[in-house]
Amino acid sequence: MKTSLSRKYWMAVSGLFLIIFLTQHFTINFLSVISEESFNSVSHFMGTNPIVQFLLQPVLLIGVVFHFIAGFMLEIKNRQSRPVKYAAYSPAANSTWMSRNMIVTGIMILLFLGLHFYDFWIPEMNVKYIQADMSGLNENGEFRYYDELVHKFTDPIRVIIYCLSFVFLSLHLMHGFQSAFQSLGARHPKYTPGIKKLGAAFAVLIPLGFIVIALFHYLSSH
Amino acid sequence: MNLTLKVWRQKNAKSEGKLVTYQVSDISPDMSFLEMFDVLNEQLISKGEDPIAFDHDCREGICGMCSMFINGRAHGPLTGVTTCQLHMRSFKDGDTIVVEPWRAKAFPVIKDLVVDRSAFDRIIAKGGFISVNTGSARDANNIPIPKQNADEAFEAAACIGCGACVATCKNSSAMLFVSAKISQLALLPQGQPERYQRVLNMVEQMDKEGFGNCSNTGACEVECPKGISLENIARMNRDFLKASLIQKPKKETGGGAM
Repeated sequence: MKTSLSRKYWMAVSGLFLIIFLTQHFTINFLSVISEESFNSVSHFMGTNPIVQFLLQPVLLIGVVFHFIAGFMLEIKNRQSRPVKYAAYSPAANSTWMSRNMIVTGIMILLFLGLHFYDFWIPEMNVKYIQADMSGLNENGEFRYYDELVHKFTDPIRVIIYCLSFVFLSLHLMHGFQSAFQSLGARHPKYTPGIKKLGAAFAVLIPLGFIVIALFHYLSSH
Repeated sequence: MNLTLKVWRQKNAKSEGKLVTYQVSDISPDMSFLEMFDVLNEQLISKGEDPIAFDHDCREGICGMCSMFINGRAHGPLTGVTTCQLHMRSFKDGDTIVVEPWRAKAFPVIKDLVVDRSAFDRIIAKGGFISVNTGSARDANNIPIPKQNADEAFEAAACIGCGACVATCKNSSAMLFVSAKISQLALLPQGQPERYQRVLNMVEQMDKEGFGNCSNTGACEVECPKGISLENIARMNRDFLKASLIQKPKKETGGGAM
């Protein structure tokens, strides 16, 4: 993290890793729309498999922490490099809002992550590792995962916050996806247009998918 | 044309500056922006006031000296031009125009609109030498170079070091400039012997000067008067990554430079 470029590499690598994670998270969540049973069994597998729990989960946490620490470090350095601001500055003439406001969309996603941990991750850690209940069953002897998910999405305020957060995620990905490739030097006239299109499609479809899941459970529970 | 100008006035590097409002009248739309400033300065001189200091040299769009930040954009509202190639027809009669110096920690203001861009010179100096024979001119085709590489190297070498990339970048990042200087040599056979040491040295100096990081917004590419491409930044990123991975600890063996 010593040079400007190495900070950018870490930002890009952790970002691409989080993109892969997001795809996996979305796939599993989407199962909840298709089949309660398969969502429950996949959730149970992810929640109890030792490789997922003790290898992938820590790697994911390190990836998230790395990504936002590198982001804050870059932002602080960047702000210091222009101590006197312009009186007139028109950045919209030459760059997109998304590319200039990664710190804003990033902080919004980080806030959402706080809520998400409060909603799911902390209770999950509590049940599994403090109360030591690895069964994944509720008091009726059924898998609890699907019911817990649906329960969260019965609250309209939560659904609105979730949906809004995914709009910020979409804006973040809109720039971040293709930017990660550029930072790593992966740019070529043959592939870059495709990477940009793929990035835009990913940035729309994945957050939209998460929004659909939230709305689906909200609407079907009312 | 009659115009209202708000120009940054600052006595010297240490003093605090401020925007001062001036009125100019009977400006021809065919004047360049710098010629309009000449008219304003004549007015100031005849009134016994201190004329506005601004950088300029060739006034042909090739030297990179003129460095004004006009209405929130480097070199004004047009893309692909320097301030001397910006004409008053790009503005409307009665407009208010804000003119500021390049703003970056690494480009301190010397006076009014003049900034110290010697950070760029120090980055280039840090790039060091290239291993080529000097003496009599060699046969043009002595070293075969693919046409495409020669063209790309030439496009990178078109950078005039004006600093518009730094001025326009929200992070005051110099990566477009540095990557152009790295690319012009990295693309040619003559640049190969020192290629990976050069990128390490130049990036180190760039960081030391206090330029920001690259957020890949692409603003620099849009504002560059010479159309330097982001492709160069990607090449610098690749070369630096490779250089960091293959770098060996320095050994004192005696003999030879480096």
